[in-house]
Amino acid sequence: MQVTMTVNGTEVTRDVEPRQLLVHFLRETLGLTGTHWGCDTSNCGTCVVLVDGEPVKSCTALAAMTAGHEVRTVEGMAQNGTLDPVQQGFMEEHGLQCGFCTPGMMLTARALLDRNPHPDDGEIREAISGQICRCTGYATIVRSVQWAAAHPATPTGDPMPTEQEVTA
Amino acid sequence: MLTVTLVTDKVQSTRPQHRGRRRGGLPVQVPAPFEYVRATSVADALELLERHGEEARLIAGGHSLLPMMKLRLARPEWLIDINDLAELRHITVDGDRLRVGALTRHADLLGSDVVGRLFPIVHDAERVIADPVVRNRGTIGGSLGQADPAEDLTTVCDVLRAEVYIAGRDGERTVDIHRFHRGPYETACQQHEVLTEVRFPIVAGQGSAYEKVERRVGDWAVGAAGAAIVLADDGTIADVTIGLTALGLEGLAVEAAEVLRGQRPSDELFADAGRLAAEASSPIEDQRGPVDYKRHLADELTRRVLRTAVARAGALSPVSGG
Repeated sequence: MQVTMTVNGTEVTRDVEPRQLLVHFLRETLGLTGTHWGCDTSNCGTCVVLVDGEPVKSCTALAAMTAGHEVRTVEGMAQNGTLDPVQQGFMEEHGLQCGFCTPGMMLTARALLDRNPHPDDGEIREAISGQICRCTGYATIVRSVQWAAAHPATPTGDPMPTEQEVTA
Repeated sequence: MLTVTLVTDKVQSTRPQHRGRRRGGLPVQVPAPFEYVRATSVADALELLERHGEEARLIAGGHSLLPMMKLRLARPEWLIDINDLAELRHITVDGDRLRVGALTRHADLLGSDVVGRLFPIVHDAERVIADPVVRNRGTIGGSLGQADPAEDLTTVCDVLRAEVYIAGRDGERTVDIHRFHRGPYETACQQHEVLTEVRFPIVAGQGSAYEKVERRVGDWAVGAAGAAIVLADDGTIADVTIGLTALGLEGLAVEAAEVLRGQRPSDELFADAGRLAAEASSPIEDQRGPVDYKRHLADELTRRVLRTAVARAGALSPVSGG
């Protein structure tokens, strides 16, 4: 069957088997391997992508079910060559070690900040509670998201400097 | 997760699936082949169910069905996608009922102030159903329809004496929740029917609560209890319902509720109710715990939800539309 959906702002149309999972559609059919494929049982959350702005575990959705919707993957986070503040935050605060959980973590964080620009640590922990990181112990991930909250993107897409950084 | 991988490997070795293979020839977990169609309305879904017969299944959030299909515990030939049926996704106060469409996501219920105000038990339960990302997809209709014995919303609906609306060829019918739920993975909703709505009776002054013990965030319950209470003007208990999840009790804990009726709330009374709820339970030993521990949970969690429900009773503000 043919499916058409918007992936990172670009409309794509492909022939797929109805049983093809969204994660495999993204990784194998479109070659977007930034979305990782982990437990395959909707436990680990590394396969999270945004569908119409909401985090969804792409191992437990069919490409066919996603037709007509807007998908955003980690490849679509940077704008015009500038990292999303969440990506920058993960760099600044060492939010990753092996990087396996990182794409899903960052997209969930993006969705959280879009609806709640100033979450407290508890709200961040709740938002990522369906995702597993086996390296960082989560503390640095929470700090990374807080960094992004403190540095929202400017209209040009650059992370906004904080007052401290301006005066420093 | 290890078990899952082993089972799948076995399936793969006896039933090769060339197109389901990952690059490099390693097996991947994908469902067996099926045909896919999107329903455009409830009437269309009913027609599609009729046309494709016994081997057709509805899919909404997919978080129960797709994992079962990967494991070949379910092998539908047709999937009828009902995610476009906006008519089934709503939360509306209608007179003395709260109407919740079957396609309403867990996240919708948790995000609804009116649900939290009228039925705090629903928010208690929703906070501990899977995780926030899964709750973006999973639906109330899917949870009730799957009828997993460890599923939380069935107990919540039992305690709130909800009614389930089911559409079929000959129109819509209503089923009380205790008649809807027929046992593990079995409901009154027939193959050719569509669960459309759940209706909760709004009871002035009702307090309700749910509490669950889980091994880790997002897991199924080791055990859980729910209760709803209405206090009379003199402070005695006018009405009460108690339910248990994953503890081997079908329907409500009737005897535990009976000792409370007409009495003034007290910890001694709740202890009696807890003991009776534990006696009514018949948990089985599994990887989540032994029988005596689970019976202890039935007792303790019953006491706790009664305490919380009483504290919340009388706090209901008048309803003014949805």
